[in-house]
Amino acid sequence: MNLAEYKGVYVFAQQVDNEISGIAYELLGKGKELAAKLNEEVTAVLIGHDVKGLADKLAEYGADKVIVVDDPELKEYRTEPYAHALSSVINEFKPEIVLVGATAIGRDLGPTVSARVATGLTADCTVLEIGDFPLVAIPGKEAEQKHNQLLMTRPAFGGNTIATIACPDNRPQMATVRPGVMQKIEPIVGAKANVIEYNPGFTPNDRYVEIKEIVKAVSDTVDIMDAKILVSGGRGVGSPENFKILEDLAEALGGTVSCSRAVVDSGWKPRDLQVGQTGKTVRPNLYIACGISGAIQHTAGMEESDIIIAINKDEDAPIFSVADYGIVGDLNKIVPQLTEAIKAAKANK
Amino acid sequence: MKIIVCIKQVPDTKGGVKFNPDGTLDRGAMLAIMNPDDKAGLEAALRIKEQNGAEVTVITMGLPKAADVLREALAMGADKAVLVTDRVLGGADTWATSTTLAGAIRNLEYDLIITGRQAIDGDTAQVGPQIAEHLGLPVISYAEAIEVKESSVVVKRQYDDRYHMVEAKMPCLITALAELNDPRYMTPGGIFDACAAEITTWGRADLKDVDDANLGLKGSPTKIAKASDKVRKGAGEKVTPDSPEEAVSYIVGKLTEKHVI
Repeated sequence: MNLAEYKGVYVFAQQVDNEISGIAYELLGKGKELAAKLNEEVTAVLIGHDVKGLADKLAEYGADKVIVVDDPELKEYRTEPYAHALSSVINEFKPEIVLVGATAIGRDLGPTVSARVATGLTADCTVLEIGDFPLVAIPGKEAEQKHNQLLMTRPAFGGNTIATIACPDNRPQMATVRPGVMQKIEPIVGAKANVIEYNPGFTPNDRYVEIKEIVKAVSDTVDIMDAKILVSGGRGVGSPENFKILEDLAEALGGTVSCSRAVVDSGWKPRDLQVGQTGKTVRPNLYIACGISGAIQHTAGMEESDIIIAINKDEDAPIFSVADYGIVGDLNKIVPQLTEAIKAAKANK
Repeated sequence: MKIIVCIKQVPDTKGGVKFNPDGTLDRGAMLAIMNPDDKAGLEAALRIKEQNGAEVTVITMGLPKAADVLREALAMGADKAVLVTDRVLGGADTWATSTTLAGAIRNLEYDLIITGRQAIDGDTAQVGPQIAEHLGLPVISYAEAIEVKESSVVVKRQYDDRYHMVEAKMPCLITALAELNDPRYMTPGGIFDACAAEITTWGRADLKDVDDANLGLKGSPTKIAKASDKVRKGAGEKVTPDSPEEAVSYIVGKLTEKHVI
C-alpha cells in the first residue's frame, strides 16, 4: 500500500428516502476543517437511486466535489450494494480519510467497508484532529514519528474512558462519527456541486438481502437532537399518561420531550426520543431530567448540555453528579407548578 | 441446523462502575459478565433450537478465564463451546479480532452465525459485520426479531426511525440487540452439566486461512495514541426544598439568572 497515493477527505453523505440526513452536513463541516489542515479537498459520496438532485445541497454545506453512485439496487439501504458502492469508490479514488455517521446505517456500512478495503475503523468518534503519531516522538526515533495523521477520539466503557486512536499504516483512515457532535457550516446559498458520476456495476448475489416490508415509526415530533430545550423523563415519571405534565412543561418553555432508555424499554415512548449511549446524543441549552436516575449510559448522551437541571426523589441518584442544579423532590408535585410559574413569568414580560 | 453464537466476557458497567482513589477505572473490582447483546443472541439461538431443532455452538476469544462465560452459555442450553486463546492474539482491534474469529469459525459447520450488536466495554458494533465480511456472508445488523424458514431467515432490522423486514439466505450472520428477548437463567442441572462439560480450546495454530500479519496487537491497523479515564463533569448545586413551591421558585430563579425565561 503506497500511503502517499491516498488524498482527500471523503464523507459518506447518508440519505434516507432521498432526503439527506443531518449527519452528512455535520461530517462535511468537520471534513472541510480537516481538509484545510491537510491542504486537500472534501468530497461527499452520495449513494442511492435518483439522488443526483441532492448534490447541490451538499455543495452548499461545503463539499468541493460530490461523487454520485446512482443505481436502482441502491434505492433502500442494504449492506451489500452500499458496501460495494463505497468500497469501489475508495478503491477507485483513494481517499486519505473516510468519515461515516455512527447511525444505524453507518455502524453497519462502516465495518463492512473497512474490512473489505482492509483498513482500520474507529467507532463513534466525538473529536477528530490532525496531528502526530505517536503524539510525542520516541527519543532516538524522531524520524519514525508520522505527521498529518487523523487522530480519532472516542468514549468507551459506557462513556467512562476516552481513547485517542490513529491508523498510521493503512489507508484510508476511517471513522464513524457520533451524530450531534460536529458542527455544520453556515450554508453557502446557491453553491453548485462539482459532480462526478461513478457506477461500479451491481450484480445481485446471495449477499443482497431482500427487503420484504418497511415500517416507518409514526412521529410528528421535533428531532430531539435539534431541540434547544429538552424536558426528559425517566422511569420515575411513573406511567405513559403522566408524561403529559412533562409535555406541558416543554410547551411552556418552547422545548420538546425526550426520555431515558427505561421509558422506551417499557413501551411508554418511541425510540427516536431516547437519549443516551444506545439512543441519541443531545446538547441542548437546557436539559431538565425528571425522574431519571442517570446511569452512565444515559449521561453519556446528555452531559454536554449547557445547563442541566435534575429533579429526583432519590437524593443519591447519580444524575445529581452531572446536574448543575439538582432538586431532591417529587416531580409530580414540582413539574405542574413549575409549568404554571414559567407561563406566569413569560406572561409578565 | 447449526448455529454459532459469538460471545464476549466484559466487565459489568451496570452494577456500578468502580473508580480507584485517583479517579481511574478499577476494572478488577467489577464483575465479569456475558455481554448483554451477546446473551440476547444466545437466547435467540436457544429458542430456534427449541422450535426447529438446532445444534448451538458458542465461541469466544479472550483470556483463559473467558471460559466462565462459555460455561454459563452451556448451562443455559448451548451444546458445544470453543475458547480461542493465545498470547499472540492479545491487544487485537476489531479488524484483528474479526480475522481471528473468522479463522476459528472456518473450522466449524454453520447455517447461521449470531453475534451481539456491540459489547458494553468497546461499544464499537464492528466485529459482527467484519466477521461476515471475512467469511463472505450476508449480514443483517441490529436484529429485533428473528424467524427461521426453510433455507432463509427473516429478521426485523431496526433503524433510527423505522424497521425493515429483511430476508436473507443462509448461511448468514445476524447481530442481535439486547431488546430481542429476555435471556433465560441457567438451570441447576445445566450448571452441573456445564461444570463437567468439555470446552474446546484453540490457539493460533488452529485458525484457518489467516495471516500472522493480521493478528493481535501487531496486526491491528488502529493504534491507541492516548487513553485516559474521562474527566467527569463535577456536580453542581443540590438542594432539598421543603415544599414544591420552594422548589419551583428555586428553578425559576436559576432559569431567570441564565436568561432562559
